[in-house]
Amino acid sequence: MRLRFFVRRLAMLIVSLLVASFVIFAAIYLAPGNPIAALSGGRSIPPESLKVLEARYHLDQPFLVQYWYWLTNALHGNLGISITLRENVSDLIASRISTTAGLVLYSSILIIAIGVGLGIAAGLRPGLLDTSILVVTAISASLPAFVAAIVLILVFAVQLRWFPSLGNGVGFFDQVKHLTLPAVALAISSLAIVARVTRAAIREESRKEHVQTAVSRGIPTAQLIWRHVLRNAAIPITTISGITVASLIAVAAVVEVVFGLAGLGAYLVQSAQSKDLAVVQGISLLLVGAFVAVNVLVDVLYAVLDPRVSLGSRAQ
Amino acid sequence: MSVAAGVSSVTKRSRVGRQRGFSPVLVISAAVIVAAALVATAGPLLAPYDPNLPQLSQYFVGPSPEHLLGFDASGRDVLSRLLYGARTSMIGPLAVTLICMTLGSLLAVTAAWRGGTYDAVISSGLDIVFAFPGILLAVLAAAVFGGGLVAPVLALSVAYTPYVARVLRGAALRERAQQYIAALEVQGASSIAICLRHLIPNMLHLIVAQATTLFGYAMVDLAAISFLGLGVQPPAADWGVMVSENQQGIIQGYSIPALAAGLCIVVVVVAFNILGERLYERGEARR
Repeated sequence: MRLRFFVRRLAMLIVSLLVASFVIFAAIYLAPGNPIAALSGGRSIPPESLKVLEARYHLDQPFLVQYWYWLTNALHGNLGISITLRENVSDLIASRISTTAGLVLYSSILIIAIGVGLGIAAGLRPGLLDTSILVVTAISASLPAFVAAIVLILVFAVQLRWFPSLGNGVGFFDQVKHLTLPAVALAISSLAIVARVTRAAIREESRKEHVQTAVSRGIPTAQLIWRHVLRNAAIPITTISGITVASLIAVAAVVEVVFGLAGLGAYLVQSAQSKDLAVVQGISLLLVGAFVAVNVLVDVLYAVLDPRVSLGSRAQ
Repeated sequence: MSVAAGVSSVTKRSRVGRQRGFSPVLVISAAVIVAAALVATAGPLLAPYDPNLPQLSQYFVGPSPEHLLGFDASGRDVLSRLLYGARTSMIGPLAVTLICMTLGSLLAVTAAWRGGTYDAVISSGLDIVFAFPGILLAVLAAAVFGGGLVAPVLALSVAYTPYVARVLRGAALRERAQQYIAALEVQGASSIAICLRHLIPNMLHLIVAQATTLFGYAMVDLAAISFLGLGVQPPAADWGVMVSENQQGIIQGYSIPALAAGLCIVVVVVAFNILGERLYERGEARR
């Protein structure tokens, strides 16, 4: 039964990726403008070389055949050539992927450590702490990453001068220092959402009869919280953490632009502005792939935490 | 320690009291939204100056009695730009919300009503669209169709519809299982009449709550897209564009224009999110 669940999720992953790749390819295919003109930079090309070029890039083939060529090439790591930089898109992506991965990872750690921590604290301690966490998270949950970013730059880079406001840095510690403000800016709204969901889940569980029974049986508090409350609350907490961490992959673009980080997202935006469509295709495909993969991972983790899920009934 | 305390405080807070009373937070959120809507409608009448008139000599000049929020990076009156910007900043989210709610309700109600293969097809279709993060789809759309609001608005509508449809489908399924629906069917009422007159009105609290929250999310994403230069195009006054235009001021030590525009976005989004959350809680409590 459980195996079937995992196989089904894997099949859905592949279908999602196929559909996503098709949409990405179709969107660029439908884009106004002629790829040959983009390649030649507007110079006129003799008809015979035009034929050669069309044959080389399979532009004389029907749409679906072109999609097939593009997809098989992409699976082999060949994503085409950037028209602005005249370099392989895969190489350009490879040189930028670590910045984005580092940023998303750093942010995820902040979200899970601080978000879940705040949520547990607020859930277990009603009163002033709970109320203040609720108020602060209500506002920060609505804070767009780029607004958070400029406020962080103003306070911690311009006024306090604790962190740099721009660039990637060199060496591990310098890079971490350069990534700190971006990671916080990226994390802040997701962190608040995770904290709120965690708090609600803890409250919900604490109210359940089995916890009340455990209290009356005189189970030590630490054990009560750990085994009876957190173990059950872990299910919604994992789900919301997974969803928010997956969403970071796309929002990272905004933060990278503000902080001038040489990451995939900033490059995607730059390529979208300059209509470097091969790059847009390649990065979109990669980011959607990562997003879908994280979501599937969360689903699987969810099934491991809550066996009811893989047994068919979707637990609410 | 405090699990027991947590339990008692939950039960102490009377659900009925919370449902009926008008909490100040709710009133403030609603007031902010009404004010924002008024400014979006009448902003151009309220604005004291031309929002697009640059006076380069006034570059980043601070507030004065004539110019309450001073000048931006191009020497334009910040207050006037904020007032004009309300419309561009809110019309996009409004469009996304309307499209998503219409499409989402339609898909959800028909899927729940028809069930079977139709439901399965719709549901797995929605699952697949989930694969696209909204911002990414909007960037892709902007890359293909060029800057402006239309492409990002359509892209975000597509990306958000599954979220709306999923929740509404669940609610529609619950409602569909109610006895009064069966009774109406037995009486020979047509499916369309039952859906329009009974099923949808009974889900209305959820639809309104979802629309309110969705507006907030759409506003954050569209502001980000405009901030990135892929949405509303300068020199049009838009809050996201204004943050981007005046970002250099933060480093140069003059932050009012960027912060004021950012604050406008945050205040409106917080109001929508809080209102949406409260409406949802009320609807759930009433059920």
